[in-house]
Amino acid sequence: MLKLEHLYKTFNPGTINQKVALSDLSLHLNPGDFVTVIGGNGAGKSTMLNAIAGVWAVDSGRIILDGQDVTALPEHKRANFIGRVFQDPMMGTAPNMQLEENLALAMRRGQRRGLGWGVTKAEREVYREKLKTLNLGLEDRMTVKVGLLSGGQRQALTLLMASLQKPKLLLLDEHTAALDPATAAKVLDLSDRIVAENQLTALMITHNMTDAIKHGNRLIMMNEGQIILDISGEEKKQLTKQMLMDKFAELAGTQVESDQVLLSK
Amino acid sequence: MSIAVYFSSLSLLKLLKNMPGGIAQGLIWGLMALGVYITFRLLDVADLTVDGSFTTGGACTVMLILAGWPAWAALLVAVLAGVAAGFCTGMLHTKLGIPAILAGILTQFSLYSINLHIMGMAANKAVSVDKFSLILSSRSVPMAILTGFLIALALVSLFYWYFGTEQGSALRATGSNGAMSRAQGIDVDAMKVLGLSISNGVVALSGGLMAQYQGFADINMGRGAIVIGLAAVIIGEVVGRALLGKRLNFYGTLSFTVIGGVLYYAVVVIVLWLKLNSNDLKLFTAIIVAVFLSVPYLRDQSKTSFARLKKKGGSPNA
Repeated sequence: MLKLEHLYKTFNPGTINQKVALSDLSLHLNPGDFVTVIGGNGAGKSTMLNAIAGVWAVDSGRIILDGQDVTALPEHKRANFIGRVFQDPMMGTAPNMQLEENLALAMRRGQRRGLGWGVTKAEREVYREKLKTLNLGLEDRMTVKVGLLSGGQRQALTLLMASLQKPKLLLLDEHTAALDPATAAKVLDLSDRIVAENQLTALMITHNMTDAIKHGNRLIMMNEGQIILDISGEEKKQLTKQMLMDKFAELAGTQVESDQVLLSK
Repeated sequence: MSIAVYFSSLSLLKLLKNMPGGIAQGLIWGLMALGVYITFRLLDVADLTVDGSFTTGGACTVMLILAGWPAWAALLVAVLAGVAAGFCTGMLHTKLGIPAILAGILTQFSLYSINLHIMGMAANKAVSVDKFSLILSSRSVPMAILTGFLIALALVSLFYWYFGTEQGSALRATGSNGAMSRAQGIDVDAMKVLGLSISNGVVALSGGLMAQYQGFADINMGRGAIVIGLAAVIIGEVVGRALLGKRLNFYGTLSFTVIGGVLYYAVVVIVLWLKLNSNDLKLFTAIIVAVFLSVPYLRDQSKTSFARLKKKGGSPNA
């Protein structure tokens, strides 16, 4: 479904702030793969997701989504195939617009936006049913401005929006990191459900090793812009936190002390 | 003693006589404020192009009418010229990476020369209602008010419809959250260019109407238009919210933007009637706009600020 071939990205090349973010990164996702991504700060996790989403162009390498080379497509065109939820709950929704207007914007992802009504009566009913499944009471607040919702509600809404038009790929960039533990657990459950129900292919970054082990069918660990560990199937089911920590120490070498603290967060 | 003389010199009749003219001009400026509303409130961009495109609208209209065109056709060309000006600002901003406020200033600055060219290098061109058939004129103020009102009604309705469509929603989303818009497949750059073009088209229309109303186009007629537009938008919002509160919907917001223009001009008429120095009008307007722009910020600050903690003498949770 997704092929990353030898991706390179260096930020601020030739300056004192030069940072090699992706270095010969390759990855192949099968349809239906739900991959959790872990790694220390600056390992290149978010950079990989941003490269896939097309936030900027990579320096070299190819990105192939469902057989189509999207390397040269700008962000808004790639959005036709990709659903995204960001770390910042404020980032995934338009605060000055009504809840139903946000959903309607997402419903038209990948379609021409013409002079038909922005929200039709028929789709309102669809939204109401979909919102009911979130169990947040949002189905009764469809004309409320999204800016008035809580972070957790906005993340749940963003998840729903990402799946309204079935994406070929769902990118979850630490989407529970800014939420309190109880809300985070709820949003994670919802993510599981939406991925399963729609049989989505997904990449989920997390800083929580327990979550990384518990969710998805495959786990990758990144370090210095590369994938250093890729575990799936039965092997992943057997994983424990301790095994991951040992693996990390073994593979990443010198940085262990600092990163161990971070990874066990 | 001198105060008594001052008040006795003011005639209420004179105020009433001047008010209709103020309302007519206010309606025309209110149309311009609709354009400013699109960029300032919906796109979240302060577009300074309008100072130039207002004059462009006036210059095109007057020159074409003098060349024998019917007034409506001249206005149409004026709108297209305004659209072109907004398009330039949009391209400077999105394709060449110039900050929006600077892009607007550059276009506005260049329009000064272009407007002079349009007017055949004259700073002032008159178009007499005696010789030409104009859409509205200060010669017949009641008709001008009626015409202005009908045009405002049509534009408010048009915008109410347009910003409810899929494309209009995408434009509003662009101003509300750019990152989200891109993630939903919206071409944010294209929406900004489109919004700036529409906005300046309306501003040029307003300039074309103003030139006909006052009977001439002047190279400086657009000076400070952005501030008057902002004043109208803000006055409209404040009054709209005060009168309708939560019932103020999008149609109401657009209508009150035009009403804001009328109220602004009513104040101008009163200021002139009070025999205050009209040269101080711009200072006066700037102060009003600054005050109203700062109100939301100060209101937030008064809720959560160090000043509040200081007043209470400590943290409320301490």
